[in-house]
Amino acid sequence: MFFSSPFKLKKKGIMGMNERNSRYIGRYNPRRLYPLVDNKLKTKIIARDANVTTPALLGVITMQAEVETVEQFITNTPGFVIKPAKGSGGKGILVITKVENGRYYKSNGNEESLSEIKRHVTDILAGLFSLGGSADVAVIEGLIQFDSAFDGFSFEGVPDVRVIVFKGFPVMAMMRLSTAASDGKANLHQGAVGVGIDIATGKAINAVQFDLPVERHPDTDKELKLLVVPNWERLIYLAASCYEMTGMGYLGTDMVLDRDLGPMLLELNARPGLAIQIANGTGILPRLKLVESLKDADKMTVEERVAFSKQHFAETPLIETE
Amino acid sequence: MNARIFFFTLVAGLFLLGVFQTVQRHLAFDIPWMPGETRSVWNIDAKIEFEATGKPVLASLSTPNSQAGYTQISQNAASPGYGLSFLYEDNKPQAQWTIRQATGPQTLYYNIQLLVDSDSVDQPITKMPELFDTEYGAAGLAAGTDIIKDAFKTSADAFSFTREILKQLNTEQPNQSIRLVLASKSSKTNILIGLLNEAKIPTKKVGALALEDGRRRQHLQPLVEVFQEKNGKIESRLFDASSLQEVDRKDLLLWDQSGKALLELTGGVNSKVSFSMIQQDQPALAAILQKNDNEHLFNFSIHSLPIEDQSLFKGILMIPLGVLIVVMMRVLIGLKTSGTFMPVLIAMAFIQTSLITGIVGFVMLVAVGLFIRSYLSHLNLLLVSRISTVIIMVILLIALFGVLSYKLGLTEGLKITFFPMIILSWTIERMSVLWEEEGAKEVFKQGGGSLIVAVFAYFVMSNDVTRHLMFNFIGLQFVVMALVLLLGSYTGYRLLELRRFKPLVDKE
Repeated sequence: MFFSSPFKLKKKGIMGMNERNSRYIGRYNPRRLYPLVDNKLKTKIIARDANVTTPALLGVITMQAEVETVEQFITNTPGFVIKPAKGSGGKGILVITKVENGRYYKSNGNEESLSEIKRHVTDILAGLFSLGGSADVAVIEGLIQFDSAFDGFSFEGVPDVRVIVFKGFPVMAMMRLSTAASDGKANLHQGAVGVGIDIATGKAINAVQFDLPVERHPDTDKELKLLVVPNWERLIYLAASCYEMTGMGYLGTDMVLDRDLGPMLLELNARPGLAIQIANGTGILPRLKLVESLKDADKMTVEERVAFSKQHFAETPLIETE
Repeated sequence: MNARIFFFTLVAGLFLLGVFQTVQRHLAFDIPWMPGETRSVWNIDAKIEFEATGKPVLASLSTPNSQAGYTQISQNAASPGYGLSFLYEDNKPQAQWTIRQATGPQTLYYNIQLLVDSDSVDQPITKMPELFDTEYGAAGLAAGTDIIKDAFKTSADAFSFTREILKQLNTEQPNQSIRLVLASKSSKTNILIGLLNEAKIPTKKVGALALEDGRRRQHLQPLVEVFQEKNGKIESRLFDASSLQEVDRKDLLLWDQSGKALLELTGGVNSKVSFSMIQQDQPALAAILQKNDNEHLFNFSIHSLPIEDQSLFKGILMIPLGVLIVVMMRVLIGLKTSGTFMPVLIAMAFIQTSLITGIVGFVMLVAVGLFIRSYLSHLNLLLVSRISTVIIMVILLIALFGVLSYKLGLTEGLKITFFPMIILSWTIERMSVLWEEEGAKEVFKQGGGSLIVAVFAYFVMSNDVTRHLMFNFIGLQFVVMALVLLLGSYTGYRLLELRRFKPLVDKE
């Protein structure tokens, strides 16, 4: 059969796009809070106020006239990322991993000339990558020195951890590993590998690429089951505290692990995708419903919420007797 | 929960309003459900011939009222040099020709179009025709009194009395009084009227025309309308003096109900009126519109606008259907399109260009556009000027394709100008960016999705039946709106998600 039965999907608690849009995003994410999430510069500012670590901010370019000055921000760095503040779906993110004698190299080794970088900034300012094509600003961030725990799990680019935080509870997590197919980007629809991560332990559960199960990383051939996210405790704590920071009820938090600085918030997403269910091999609806059924959820502290999630959303329940 | 109940009430309300308005329009104005339906229209000419005597001429022709089974759509008259007016006094329509001076043989034409219309009814009779005084010879009077007496004995009311009189008048072996009455110079019809009048039964002489397709030089058949008041209501029936039964109104047009003469003529002699008729099948809608135009009841609709604006609305009123298709494709199927409503605009262009030409033109424009746009990528241009360049490029391409196809003898190619150029330019720009960022696969996915939705929307929007329905029943807009609202609250799976999440279910 080409299609599966909708009743089977329902039974497994899998959430569809329509349900996500109207039941969760529409209901729990107030429109007025969107700019906090859609504008990466604003996210950085509120994260700083909330003591949530984010990658270093090297510079911001807001006007076309400043494009020529871009060099001053980037020449003396080991690497950097230029992204549109209001970009969506990973569009318009330029990652330079090596800077050598005024020459710039992308993670795949190709050189990107300074004029190409300037063109990219120009495109960002003109709004080519922004939602609705509105004018934008370019944010230049320091390159994350990613943790050696992920050596061999990612091909070029930074692997990140997407945690779905519902009303402050981390309900589901997945690691996104870039591949040659995804051009160093961590978006699943571009070909990145998604690895479901156990909320309780940070260990890999299941992996997919292009929505189909995979056992090994397609480029490095590393067995994906062996993946463990270090510093997991701190990571989901940070993710869960994004609820207080933004007020968004249904939030996708993208976390990265820096070798020196530990887990940090890369960006937030008010419309997180559904592929996380495939990566985890399970539906998200039962977890969302459980959180919705809690009466005093608003009074719980971040620690209490994380503890609740670890107890109830673990792949192998911590307390077997119940 | 209350909000939900309100929402569904709103949707149901809109839906019912739409359905109600649609059905009401169908019933009240008789607008057909299907575009192809035809209705019969009788096209009848009355020809008046007379010899003018050189004095001022005034000719009044009684013309038919709308009546049971027939509705008047239009009337006109041809009469060179004559002044013409249509008079309507006392429920008695007339066509009146006037001229200061005329000599020799004259011919006047009057034409009327009548729609066969089962909804049309006779006008209510508000007052009885008056009785009149007649003078008979002594013998005739005595004979008439005999006949009336006989008939009176064997009848119960005016209609049965009339039948009894007719029996006597048409009997094979008439008695003496009948023979005496029939011997007079009057026609049987006039004799019947005389007798009924004598018995204090009000009557009216009616001229009826038997409708038969393609007949020429017909004359009116004289009938007698007999009136009776019963329980405060005036009833009337039609009788033919030379038959026993009541007259069957089927295929019979009561042309002259004036009760006077069919033609009143001063200033002419030897007048003669003859009729010819044809039956035509007209598209029902056109016929109905003409009918309703006359009734001035249609003012609440698009049809009251000038024709030019109507044809504009014909396109606009189809857009909701295209939008509905887009919503269905996205919410129920899950197809990706580049630009939410771009497919609707493309579908509208397809309607102008015809489908195959449209698809070929669209694919060619986008393909060549993408090719040239990939060069622009290297120029480090500002976004606005790059898009502007693409717009100019698209216009040049359209011109090039137009001229090229014309030179090659493919006039179809000229239709390419119907494409919305700005929309096309944005499509090319977006697809080009998409190509750079996500690869060719995504471009074909979204481009193909847009094209599929556009083709679906095209088939729905160009369908004769849907065009007819959407244009003539404004209420359907509410129905479409209700459907779109309902789809907006659909939280079930999309068809393509059933495929996407299949590995999850298959795992066990």
